[in-house]
Amino acid sequence: MTSALGSAPAGSGIASRPGGGNPARPHRKRRWSRTAQWVGWIWVLPALLMYGFFVLRPLVLTVQYSLYQWNGIGAATFVGLENYLTVFTDRDLLKIITNAFVLIIFFSFIPVALGLLVASLVRRITGGPAGTVVRTVLFLPQVIPLVAAGIAWSWMLSSSGLINQALRAVGLDGLTKSWLGEFSTALPAVGVIGTWVMLGLCTILLVTGMSKIDPSLYEAARMDGAGPIREFFAVTLPSLRQEIGVCLTVTVIAALASFDIVYISTSGGPGIQTTVPGLEIYRLAFSQRQVGLASALGVVLMLLVLLCVLPIQRLTRGEKA
Amino acid sequence: MNLTSRSERLTGRIFLIALVVVTLLPFLSMLSAALQPRGTVPTGLAWPSDPQWSNFADAFTAANMGALLKSSMLIVAGVVPIGVLIATMAGFGLGHLRVPGGHIAFGLLLLGLTLPFEAVVTPLYYQMRDLGLLNTRWAIILPLIGLYMPFAVFWMRAHFTNVPRELSEAARVDGSNTWQLFWRVHVPLARPAIASLTILLFLWTWNQFLLAIVMVDDATKRTMAGALGAFQGQWGTDLVLLCAGSLLILTPTLIVFLIFQRQFIKALLQGSVKG
Repeated sequence: MTSALGSAPAGSGIASRPGGGNPARPHRKRRWSRTAQWVGWIWVLPALLMYGFFVLRPLVLTVQYSLYQWNGIGAATFVGLENYLTVFTDRDLLKIITNAFVLIIFFSFIPVALGLLVASLVRRITGGPAGTVVRTVLFLPQVIPLVAAGIAWSWMLSSSGLINQALRAVGLDGLTKSWLGEFSTALPAVGVIGTWVMLGLCTILLVTGMSKIDPSLYEAARMDGAGPIREFFAVTLPSLRQEIGVCLTVTVIAALASFDIVYISTSGGPGIQTTVPGLEIYRLAFSQRQVGLASALGVVLMLLVLLCVLPIQRLTRGEKA
Repeated sequence: MNLTSRSERLTGRIFLIALVVVTLLPFLSMLSAALQPRGTVPTGLAWPSDPQWSNFADAFTAANMGALLKSSMLIVAGVVPIGVLIATMAGFGLGHLRVPGGHIAFGLLLLGLTLPFEAVVTPLYYQMRDLGLLNTRWAIILPLIGLYMPFAVFWMRAHFTNVPRELSEAARVDGSNTWQLFWRVHVPLARPAIASLTILLFLWTWNQFLLAIVMVDDATKRTMAGALGAFQGQWGTDLVLLCAGSLLILTPTLIVFLIFQRQFIKALLQGSVKG
């Protein structure tokens, strides 16, 4: 780096003039600002190379594969946009994409709604040991692998699991079932696992945001005779916009791109009742050897995530007074 | 605070406690199942009359825990130091040196910030096959470093953008070159940001599932999460052993989490806000 600095072109006349006094110092400074700035790319390059080779290149290849019919071994045939046509017209694939959107209700909406409820009631978690315990426990689902959450909940939701045990204990024997195994309940049951994973994070994020709201806002609201509900809509909701945005962004991505939980708890079954795009890409690419279709679904999934996340970012980050 | 009525605060407490209980229940239910005698069909949550702690020893052998731990640690050792180092360097270049055209590089990286791994896993598989790295830990390590770069560089750049430039100019007058400047001045100052990033990358690597099952067939060469997936596949019908094994596989993460609990929560909160 020093040698590159030394060979810098000395075209720095204009900038060094106003300095006057000592001609050596400004001259040196000027040299650093021009060449060294380009040399600075050396710092960025390793990260960029890794990113380029292991993300951008595969990304371009995904788009390329998506235009071909290829079994991963033999010759590929160019089919244009046919794979995309399949993604948007095949009934099974459409159902699979819809499933991901249904999961948003459980991964995003329920945790954010419950988190808001708890946050507006609790206002803040105390700093004492009790607060630490609460925070630590609520973060557990974020720390363990999703695979473990899937295993734990498959057991909880199984026919001899805790959920059915609880139902029997209160005399609701009629409601007991194998929650992940039945057509009508499988997808919501998978969703519940997501709710469990996301609820703690959302709650803590929202409570943390809550503790930053100026209490005088609530004072003013109460003076105006606002009840808890109006207070919530007039003060809490607008003040927490940014935190809600963060929760929604994180959880919507987790729902749309879900894989681990579904793979472990149901493998997409029964039928394709709980299959999500991530799982279908895996299956198409590695079991059914339909690389082209898998890639088209991958591109669609990527765009769907962007399509959902960008408006959330705009709505919640846009103009925060 | 005194504005919140007593009943509201009480309801809030009750909700919070309920939340804590619901979060803990799956773990307790797994523990109660793990302690039942082998070969029985456990029920949801029932403390066994005769807890079989030896089930954990069986699961330790069945899961090949020693090999799994070693494998996960090797993968973490490959991903985290290199990932953190090159992300810190890039963050320094983009946020502090402000290289010309840096916004283009940054824009490219932002593209990857919301990218689902599933969208690139297929070509990555063929790429790794062509490199002859399938079924080696490199097939997990190398792509993960690349896939973490958008977030990691974004994170470190945010730190370096806020470092006053005068700091570098003062050091330059002392005759330090950029390399010395980076190591002696900027890395020590960036320690909190680097610590959080290290924690996040460790956690994400340890828990990485998709790449592990796609790239590596041998469970003992995978990440912990990948190994857990294989363990479920193998022992899915033996619920007692499955629960014991899952809890065992979770233990290292839980211990690390409990030790660095404060830093973890800080990192995860900041991580989700910035990401």
